[in-house]
Amino acid sequence: MTTQADIYREIDELRGSGGPQPRRDYPPYRSSVLRYPTRDLHQVDPEGVELWAPCFGAADIDDAEADLTIQRSGEPLGERIIVTGRVTDGDGRPVRHQLVEIWQANASGRYWHQRDQHPAPLDPNFIGAGRCLTDGDGVYTFRTVKPGAYPWRNHVNAWRPAHIHFSLFGTDFTQRLVTQMYFPGDPLFDLDPIYQSVTDPKARELLVAAYDHSVTTPERSLGYRWDIVLSGTHRTPLEES
Amino acid sequence: MSYAPGQTVGPFFHLGLPFEGGNLLVPAGYPDAVRLHGRVLDGEGTPVPDALIELWQAGPDGRVPRATGSIRRDGFTFTGWGRAQTDGDGHYWFSTLTPGPAEPGRRPFFAVTIFARGLTDRLFTRAYLPGSEPDGLLDGLEPERRATLITTREQRGLLFDIHLQGEGETVFLSYPRQAR
Repeated sequence: MTTQADIYREIDELRGSGGPQPRRDYPPYRSSVLRYPTRDLHQVDPEGVELWAPCFGAADIDDAEADLTIQRSGEPLGERIIVTGRVTDGDGRPVRHQLVEIWQANASGRYWHQRDQHPAPLDPNFIGAGRCLTDGDGVYTFRTVKPGAYPWRNHVNAWRPAHIHFSLFGTDFTQRLVTQMYFPGDPLFDLDPIYQSVTDPKARELLVAAYDHSVTTPERSLGYRWDIVLSGTHRTPLEES
Repeated sequence: MSYAPGQTVGPFFHLGLPFEGGNLLVPAGYPDAVRLHGRVLDGEGTPVPDALIELWQAGPDGRVPRATGSIRRDGFTFTGWGRAQTDGDGHYWFSTLTPGPAEPGRRPFFAVTIFARGLTDRLFTRAYLPGSEPDGLLDGLEPERRATLITTREQRGLLFDIHLQGEGETVFLSYPRQAR
Protein backbone atom coordinates (compact mmCIF):
# COMPACT_ATOMS: atom_id res chain seq x y z
CA MET A 1 0.00 0.00 0.00
CA THR A 2 1.30 3.40 -0.98
CA THR A 3 1.04 5.97 1.78
CA GLN A 4 0.97 9.73 1.63
CA ALA A 5 4.51 9.67 3.06
CA ASP A 6 5.67 7.54 0.09
CA ILE A 7 4.05 9.92 -2.39
CA TYR A 8 5.44 12.94 -0.60
CA ARG A 9 8.95 11.47 -0.88
CA GLU A 10 8.48 10.92 -4.61
CA ILE A 11 7.14 14.45 -5.06
CA ASP A 12 10.12 15.78 -3.14
CA GLU A 13 12.63 13.96 -5.34
CA LEU A 14 11.13 15.47 -8.49
CA ARG A 15 10.83 19.06 -7.21
CA GLY A 16 12.14 21.56 -9.76
CA SER A 17 12.98 18.77 -12.22
CA GLY A 18 10.59 19.92 -14.96
CA GLY A 19 9.93 23.15 -16.81
CA PRO A 20 7.00 25.54 -16.53
CA GLN A 21 4.54 22.93 -17.83
CA PRO A 22 3.64 19.72 -16.00
CA ARG A 23 5.98 16.76 -16.37
CA ARG A 24 4.31 14.22 -18.64
CA ASP A 25 6.33 11.51 -16.91
CA TYR A 26 5.27 11.99 -13.29
CA PRO A 27 5.01 8.68 -11.38
CA PRO A 28 3.59 10.14 -8.14
CA TYR A 29 0.41 10.53 -10.23
CA ARG A 30 -0.07 6.80 -10.65
CA SER A 31 -2.55 6.95 -13.55
CA SER A 32 0.16 8.54 -15.70
CA VAL A 33 2.55 5.60 -15.61
CA LEU A 34 1.21 3.72 -18.67
CA ARG A 35 -0.17 6.76 -20.44
CA TYR A 36 2.64 9.28 -20.87
CA PRO A 37 4.54 9.35 -24.19
CA THR A 38 8.11 8.20 -23.67
CA ARG A 39 9.48 9.86 -26.80
CA ASP A 40 10.21 13.58 -26.92
CA LEU A 41 7.54 15.72 -28.53
CA HIS A 42 8.42 16.41 -32.15
CA GLN A 43 8.58 20.15 -32.80
CA VAL A 44 6.90 21.30 -35.96
CA ASP A 45 5.95 24.68 -37.44
CA PRO A 46 2.18 25.02 -37.41
CA GLU A 47 0.52 25.15 -40.80
CA GLY A 48 -2.98 25.33 -42.27
CA VAL A 49 -5.66 24.80 -39.62
CA GLU A 50 -3.08 24.79 -36.84
CA LEU A 51 -2.71 28.55 -37.35
CA TRP A 52 -6.36 29.06 -36.46
CA ALA A 53 -8.69 28.17 -33.61
CA PRO A 54 -12.28 27.02 -33.98
CA CYS A 55 -14.91 29.78 -33.71
CA PHE A 56 -17.70 29.81 -31.18
CA GLY A 57 -20.53 32.33 -31.05
CA ALA A 58 -23.57 33.53 -29.22
CA ALA A 59 -25.66 30.81 -30.85
CA ASP A 60 -23.50 28.10 -29.28
CA ILE A 61 -24.37 28.87 -25.67
CA ASP A 62 -26.86 30.68 -23.44
CA ASP A 63 -25.75 33.49 -21.15
CA ALA A 64 -27.30 31.52 -18.29
CA GLU A 65 -24.70 28.77 -18.70
CA ALA A 66 -22.17 31.02 -16.97
CA ASP A 67 -24.21 30.88 -13.76
CA LEU A 68 -23.95 27.42 -12.19
CA THR A 69 -26.22 28.44 -9.32
CA ILE A 70 -29.38 28.83 -11.42
CA GLN A 71 -29.39 25.64 -13.46
CA ARG A 72 -31.88 23.81 -11.23
CA SER A 73 -35.02 24.83 -9.42
CA GLY A 74 -33.42 25.80 -6.10
CA GLU A 75 -30.31 27.37 -4.63
CA PRO A 76 -27.29 25.09 -4.38
CA LEU A 77 -25.66 24.47 -1.02
CA GLY A 78 -22.26 25.94 -0.26
CA GLU A 79 -20.32 29.16 -0.38
CA ARG A 80 -21.40 31.21 -3.40
CA ILE A 81 -18.47 32.58 -5.38
CA ILE A 82 -17.75 34.60 -8.50
CA VAL A 83 -14.69 33.60 -10.51
CA THR A 84 -13.56 36.09 -13.11
CA GLY A 85 -10.42 36.88 -15.05
CA ARG A 86 -8.89 37.82 -18.35
CA VAL A 87 -7.62 35.43 -20.99
CA THR A 88 -4.65 36.75 -22.96
CA ASP A 89 -2.28 35.17 -25.42
CA GLY A 90 1.46 34.96 -24.86
CA ASP A 91 1.90 38.37 -26.47
CA GLY A 92 -0.51 40.05 -24.07
CA ARG A 93 -3.40 40.34 -26.50
CA PRO A 94 -6.88 39.58 -25.13
CA VAL A 95 -8.50 36.40 -26.42
CA ARG A 96 -11.86 37.81 -27.46
CA HIS A 97 -15.21 36.04 -27.85
CA GLN A 98 -13.68 32.64 -27.25
CA LEU A 99 -15.10 29.61 -25.45
CA VAL A 100 -14.34 28.91 -21.76
CA GLU A 101 -15.75 25.74 -20.18
CA ILE A 102 -15.63 24.67 -16.52
CA TRP A 103 -16.65 21.68 -14.44
CA GLN A 104 -16.29 21.01 -10.74
CA ALA A 105 -17.38 19.09 -7.67
CA ASN A 106 -20.17 20.45 -5.47
CA ALA A 107 -19.59 22.05 -2.07
CA SER A 108 -19.33 18.60 -0.47
CA GLY A 109 -16.65 17.42 -2.87
CA ARG A 110 -18.91 15.22 -5.02
CA TYR A 111 -19.10 15.28 -8.81
CA TRP A 112 -22.32 14.84 -10.75
CA HIS A 113 -20.76 11.85 -12.48
CA GLN A 114 -21.48 8.13 -12.34
CA ARG A 115 -17.88 7.25 -11.71
CA ASP A 116 -17.68 9.41 -8.59
CA GLN A 117 -18.54 7.03 -5.77
CA HIS A 118 -17.30 9.27 -2.94
CA PRO A 119 -20.15 8.97 -0.44
CA ALA A 120 -20.57 12.70 0.05
CA PRO A 121 -24.03 14.00 -0.83
CA LEU A 122 -25.04 15.03 -4.30
CA ASP A 123 -26.83 18.37 -4.38
CA PRO A 124 -29.98 18.24 -6.52
CA ASN A 125 -29.54 21.95 -7.16
CA PHE A 126 -25.98 21.81 -8.41
CA ILE A 127 -24.67 20.00 -11.49
CA GLY A 128 -21.32 21.76 -11.71
CA ALA A 129 -20.75 22.47 -15.41
CA GLY A 130 -20.70 25.87 -17.11
CA ARG A 131 -19.69 27.64 -20.30
CA CYS A 132 -19.25 31.21 -21.47
CA LEU A 133 -17.60 33.28 -24.15
CA THR A 134 -14.98 35.84 -23.19
CA ASP A 135 -16.06 39.43 -23.83
CA GLY A 136 -14.41 41.98 -26.13
CA ASP A 137 -11.63 42.43 -23.59
CA GLY A 138 -10.99 38.71 -23.06
CA VAL A 139 -12.82 38.62 -19.71
CA TYR A 140 -14.81 35.60 -18.51
CA THR A 141 -17.06 35.47 -15.42
CA PHE A 142 -18.69 32.48 -13.73
CA ARG A 143 -21.04 32.35 -10.75
CA THR A 144 -20.84 29.11 -8.83
CA VAL A 145 -20.19 27.62 -5.39
CA LYS A 146 -16.81 26.80 -3.93
CA PRO A 147 -16.05 23.13 -4.62
CA GLY A 148 -15.11 20.86 -1.74
CA ALA A 149 -11.90 18.83 -1.46
CA TYR A 150 -12.41 15.14 -2.19
CA PRO A 151 -10.65 11.82 -1.74
CA TRP A 152 -9.27 9.73 -4.61
CA ARG A 153 -7.46 6.43 -4.89
CA ASN A 154 -3.97 7.43 -5.99
CA HIS A 155 -2.68 6.27 -2.59
CA VAL A 156 -4.05 5.74 0.92
CA ASN A 157 -5.68 8.90 2.29
CA ALA A 158 -5.20 10.87 -0.95
CA TRP A 159 -7.22 14.11 -1.15
CA ARG A 160 -7.43 16.60 -3.99
CA PRO A 161 -7.28 20.29 -3.07
CA ALA A 162 -10.45 22.15 -4.07
CA HIS A 163 -10.29 23.06 -7.75
CA ILE A 164 -12.32 24.04 -10.79
CA HIS A 165 -11.45 22.45 -14.15
CA PHE A 166 -11.02 24.99 -16.96
CA SER A 167 -10.95 24.40 -20.71
CA LEU A 168 -9.69 27.25 -22.92
CA PHE A 169 -9.11 28.01 -26.57
CA GLY A 170 -6.84 30.72 -27.93
CA THR A 171 -6.63 32.33 -31.32
CA ASP A 172 -4.67 29.47 -32.83
CA PHE A 173 -4.92 25.70 -32.40
CA THR A 174 -1.60 25.42 -30.59
CA GLN A 175 -2.85 27.45 -27.60
CA ARG A 176 -5.44 24.88 -26.49
CA LEU A 177 -5.32 24.53 -22.71
CA VAL A 178 -7.11 22.36 -20.16
CA THR A 179 -6.08 23.07 -16.61
CA GLN A 180 -7.34 23.43 -13.03
CA MET A 181 -7.83 26.55 -10.93
CA TYR A 182 -7.10 26.30 -7.22
CA PHE A 183 -7.96 28.44 -4.20
CA PRO A 184 -5.34 30.39 -2.23
CA GLY A 185 -3.70 28.83 0.80
CA ASP A 186 -5.01 25.28 0.40
CA PRO A 187 -3.24 23.01 2.92
CA LEU A 188 -3.42 20.10 0.46
CA PHE A 189 -1.16 21.71 -2.17
CA ASP A 190 2.04 20.08 -0.94
CA LEU A 191 0.48 16.63 -0.85
CA ASP A 192 -1.24 16.56 -4.23
CA PRO A 193 0.60 14.84 -7.10
CA ILE A 194 -1.56 16.49 -9.75
CA TYR A 195 -0.85 20.04 -8.58
CA GLN A 196 2.79 19.08 -8.02
CA SER A 197 3.15 17.61 -11.53
CA VAL A 198 4.09 21.21 -12.34
CA THR A 199 7.43 21.02 -10.56
CA ASP A 200 8.41 24.70 -10.96
CA PRO A 201 6.91 26.54 -7.95
CA LYS A 202 6.51 29.85 -9.80
CA ALA A 203 4.62 28.18 -12.62
CA ARG A 204 2.48 26.26 -10.14
CA GLU A 205 1.40 29.48 -8.46
CA LEU A 206 -0.13 30.57 -11.76
CA LEU A 207 -2.86 28.01 -11.13
CA VAL A 208 -3.99 29.66 -7.89
CA ALA A 209 -6.72 32.31 -8.02
CA ALA A 210 -6.52 35.42 -5.82
CA TYR A 211 -9.26 36.50 -3.44
CA ASP A 212 -10.46 39.88 -4.73
CA HIS A 213 -12.77 41.93 -2.56
CA SER A 214 -13.66 44.17 -5.51
CA VAL A 215 -15.24 41.11 -7.13
CA THR A 216 -17.11 40.15 -3.95
CA THR A 217 -20.75 41.29 -3.95
CA PRO A 218 -22.58 42.45 -0.79
CA GLU A 219 -24.61 39.75 0.94
CA ARG A 220 -24.26 37.38 -2.00
CA SER A 221 -20.88 36.02 -3.22
CA LEU A 222 -17.16 36.02 -2.49
CA GLY A 223 -14.97 37.03 -5.43
CA TYR A 224 -11.91 35.39 -6.92
CA ARG A 225 -9.78 36.62 -9.78
CA TRP A 226 -7.85 34.28 -12.03
CA ASP A 227 -6.16 35.64 -15.14
CA ILE A 228 -4.95 33.11 -17.69
CA VAL A 229 -2.07 33.58 -20.12
CA LEU A 230 -2.07 31.15 -23.04
CA SER A 231 1.02 30.48 -25.14
CA GLY A 232 2.12 32.66 -28.03
CA THR A 233 0.19 32.85 -31.26
CA HIS A 234 1.97 31.80 -34.46
CA ARG A 235 -0.04 34.03 -36.76
CA THR A 236 1.26 37.50 -37.55
CA PRO A 237 -1.16 40.42 -37.05
CA LEU A 238 -1.29 40.90 -40.84
CA GLU A 239 -3.01 37.55 -41.17
CA GLU A 240 -5.81 38.64 -38.85
CA SER A 241 -9.01 39.02 -40.77
CA MET B 1 7.33 32.67 -19.17
CA SER B 2 4.07 33.17 -17.34
CA TYR B 3 2.00 30.81 -19.52
CA ALA B 4 -0.57 28.95 -17.45
CA PRO B 5 0.47 25.31 -17.00
CA GLY B 6 -1.84 22.55 -18.12
CA GLN B 7 -3.36 19.99 -15.74
CA THR B 8 -4.94 16.64 -16.38
CA VAL B 9 -8.52 16.57 -17.61
CA GLY B 10 -9.13 13.99 -14.85
CA PRO B 11 -11.77 11.24 -14.70
CA PHE B 12 -14.86 13.48 -14.57
CA PHE B 13 -14.50 15.55 -17.75
CA HIS B 14 -17.71 13.97 -19.09
CA LEU B 15 -19.52 16.37 -16.80
CA GLY B 16 -18.19 19.45 -18.58
CA LEU B 17 -16.80 18.75 -22.03
CA PRO B 18 -18.70 16.29 -24.26
CA PHE B 19 -21.94 17.54 -25.78
CA GLU B 20 -24.60 16.00 -27.94
CA GLY B 21 -23.52 15.78 -31.57
CA GLY B 22 -19.96 16.73 -30.67
CA ASN B 23 -18.57 13.99 -32.90
CA LEU B 24 -20.89 14.78 -35.82
CA LEU B 25 -19.12 17.44 -37.89
CA VAL B 26 -21.62 16.34 -40.50
CA PRO B 27 -24.63 14.14 -39.78
CA ALA B 28 -23.76 10.43 -40.04
CA GLY B 29 -24.99 9.21 -43.41
CA TYR B 30 -24.59 12.64 -45.02
CA PRO B 31 -23.39 12.36 -48.66
CA ASP B 32 -19.55 12.34 -48.65
CA ALA B 33 -19.45 11.74 -44.88
CA VAL B 34 -16.51 9.66 -43.74
CA ARG B 35 -15.97 8.04 -40.39
CA LEU B 36 -12.64 8.99 -38.82
CA HIS B 37 -12.19 6.59 -35.94
CA GLY B 38 -9.78 4.53 -33.94
CA ARG B 39 -8.76 3.43 -30.51
CA VAL B 40 -6.66 5.08 -27.83
CA LEU B 41 -4.25 2.58 -26.26
CA ASP B 42 -1.88 2.76 -23.32
CA GLY B 43 1.68 1.42 -22.95
CA GLU B 44 0.43 -2.14 -22.48
CA GLY B 45 -1.94 -1.95 -25.43
CA THR B 46 -4.94 -1.66 -23.11
CA PRO B 47 -7.77 0.54 -24.41
CA VAL B 48 -8.13 3.90 -22.67
CA PRO B 49 -11.84 4.33 -21.85
CA ASP B 50 -11.54 7.84 -20.42
CA ALA B 51 -9.92 9.84 -23.19
CA LEU B 52 -11.32 12.79 -25.11
CA ILE B 53 -10.33 13.56 -28.69
CA GLU B 54 -10.78 16.91 -30.41
CA LEU B 55 -10.70 17.25 -34.16
CA TRP B 56 -9.95 20.45 -36.09
CA GLN B 57 -9.74 20.45 -39.85
CA ALA B 58 -10.09 22.21 -43.16
CA GLY B 59 -13.08 21.59 -45.38
CA PRO B 60 -12.85 19.54 -48.60
CA ASP B 61 -11.83 22.77 -50.39
CA GLY B 62 -8.80 23.13 -48.09
CA ARG B 63 -10.17 26.26 -46.46
CA VAL B 64 -10.13 26.76 -42.70
CA PRO B 65 -13.76 27.00 -41.50
CA ARG B 66 -14.59 30.26 -39.69
CA ALA B 67 -18.23 29.45 -38.93
CA THR B 68 -19.57 29.23 -35.37
CA GLY B 69 -22.10 26.62 -34.30
CA SER B 70 -20.06 23.57 -33.28
CA ILE B 71 -21.86 23.18 -29.94
CA ARG B 72 -25.36 23.63 -31.32
CA ARG B 73 -25.08 22.17 -34.75
CA ASP B 74 -27.69 23.06 -37.36
CA GLY B 75 -26.88 20.04 -39.55
CA PHE B 76 -25.88 22.24 -42.49
CA THR B 77 -22.89 24.35 -41.43
CA PHE B 78 -19.47 22.74 -41.52
CA THR B 79 -17.50 24.20 -38.59
CA GLY B 80 -14.47 21.90 -38.90
CA TRP B 81 -14.34 21.22 -35.17
CA GLY B 82 -15.59 18.34 -33.06
CA ARG B 83 -15.12 16.46 -29.84
CA ALA B 84 -15.52 12.73 -29.09
CA GLN B 85 -15.03 10.70 -25.94
CA THR B 86 -13.71 7.15 -26.04
CA ASP B 87 -16.07 4.34 -25.10
CA GLY B 88 -15.37 1.38 -22.81
CA ASP B 89 -13.26 -0.18 -25.56
CA GLY B 90 -11.12 2.94 -26.00
CA HIS B 91 -12.85 3.66 -29.31
CA TYR B 92 -13.73 7.13 -30.64
CA TRP B 93 -15.38 8.16 -33.89
CA PHE B 94 -16.29 11.25 -35.86
CA SER B 95 -18.58 11.67 -38.84
CA THR B 96 -16.89 14.31 -40.97
CA LEU B 97 -15.71 15.38 -44.41
CA THR B 98 -12.33 14.62 -45.93
CA PRO B 99 -10.10 17.71 -45.59
CA GLY B 100 -8.54 19.21 -48.69
CA PRO B 101 -4.94 20.44 -48.91
CA ALA B 102 -4.13 23.88 -47.49
CA GLU B 103 -2.28 24.58 -50.76
CA PRO B 104 -2.20 22.53 -53.97
CA GLY B 105 0.26 19.67 -53.69
CA ARG B 106 0.23 19.55 -49.88
CA ARG B 107 -0.76 16.48 -47.90
CA PRO B 108 -4.05 17.10 -46.07
CA PHE B 109 -4.29 16.28 -42.36
CA PHE B 110 -6.64 16.48 -39.41
CA ALA B 111 -5.27 18.37 -36.37
CA VAL B 112 -5.93 16.21 -33.31
CA THR B 113 -5.79 16.98 -29.58
CA ILE B 114 -5.81 14.20 -27.00
CA PHE B 115 -6.88 14.48 -23.36
CA ALA B 116 -7.17 11.66 -20.83
CA ARG B 117 -7.15 10.83 -17.18
CA GLY B 118 -3.48 10.14 -16.47
CA LEU B 119 -2.20 12.58 -19.09
CA THR B 120 -0.84 15.54 -17.14
CA ASP B 121 -1.28 17.78 -20.19
CA ARG B 122 -2.98 17.57 -23.59
CA LEU B 123 -1.16 16.09 -26.55
CA PHE B 124 -1.23 17.29 -30.15
CA THR B 125 -0.80 15.21 -33.27
CA ARG B 126 -1.78 15.10 -36.95
CA ALA B 127 -3.79 12.42 -38.71
CA TYR B 128 -2.74 12.57 -42.37
CA LEU B 129 -4.66 11.24 -45.33
CA PRO B 130 -2.85 8.42 -47.12
CA GLY B 131 -1.01 9.76 -50.16
CA SER B 132 2.33 10.49 -51.73
CA GLU B 133 2.64 14.29 -51.57
CA PRO B 134 5.85 15.54 -49.95
CA ASP B 135 5.42 16.81 -46.38
CA GLY B 136 7.89 18.58 -44.13
CA LEU B 137 6.91 16.67 -41.01
CA LEU B 138 6.40 13.20 -42.48
CA ASP B 139 9.52 13.27 -44.65
CA GLY B 140 11.72 14.00 -41.64
CA LEU B 141 10.57 10.93 -39.66
CA GLU B 142 11.84 7.35 -39.77
CA PRO B 143 9.31 5.18 -41.67
CA GLU B 144 8.16 3.42 -38.50
CA ARG B 145 7.45 6.72 -36.73
CA ARG B 146 5.94 8.26 -39.86
CA ALA B 147 3.38 5.45 -40.10
CA THR B 148 1.87 6.46 -36.75
CA LEU B 149 0.61 9.71 -38.31
CA ILE B 150 -1.06 8.28 -41.40
CA THR B 151 -4.66 7.13 -41.42
CA THR B 152 -5.64 3.85 -43.05
CA ARG B 153 -8.30 4.11 -45.70
CA GLU B 154 -11.37 1.93 -45.21
CA GLN B 155 -14.43 1.52 -47.32
CA ARG B 156 -16.43 4.13 -45.40
CA GLY B 157 -13.72 6.14 -43.75
CA LEU B 158 -10.33 6.45 -42.16
CA LEU B 159 -8.79 4.57 -39.25
CA PHE B 160 -6.44 6.34 -36.83
CA ASP B 161 -5.34 4.56 -33.66
CA ILE B 162 -3.51 6.57 -31.03
CA HIS B 163 -0.78 4.82 -29.05
CA LEU B 164 0.03 6.95 -26.03
CA GLN B 165 3.12 4.98 -25.06
CA GLY B 166 5.40 2.10 -26.03
CA GLU B 167 5.41 0.05 -29.19
CA GLY B 168 4.13 2.09 -32.11
CA GLU B 169 3.94 5.19 -29.92
CA THR B 170 2.25 7.95 -31.90
CA VAL B 171 4.38 10.96 -32.78
CA PHE B 172 3.11 13.82 -30.64
CA LEU B 173 3.87 17.41 -31.56
CA SER B 174 4.99 20.63 -29.98
CA TYR B 175 5.01 24.05 -31.60
CA PRO B 176 7.69 26.76 -31.39
CA ARG B 177 5.84 29.23 -29.18
CA GLN B 178 4.78 26.83 -26.45
CA ALA B 179 6.52 26.76 -23.08
CA ARG B 180 8.45 23.57 -22.41
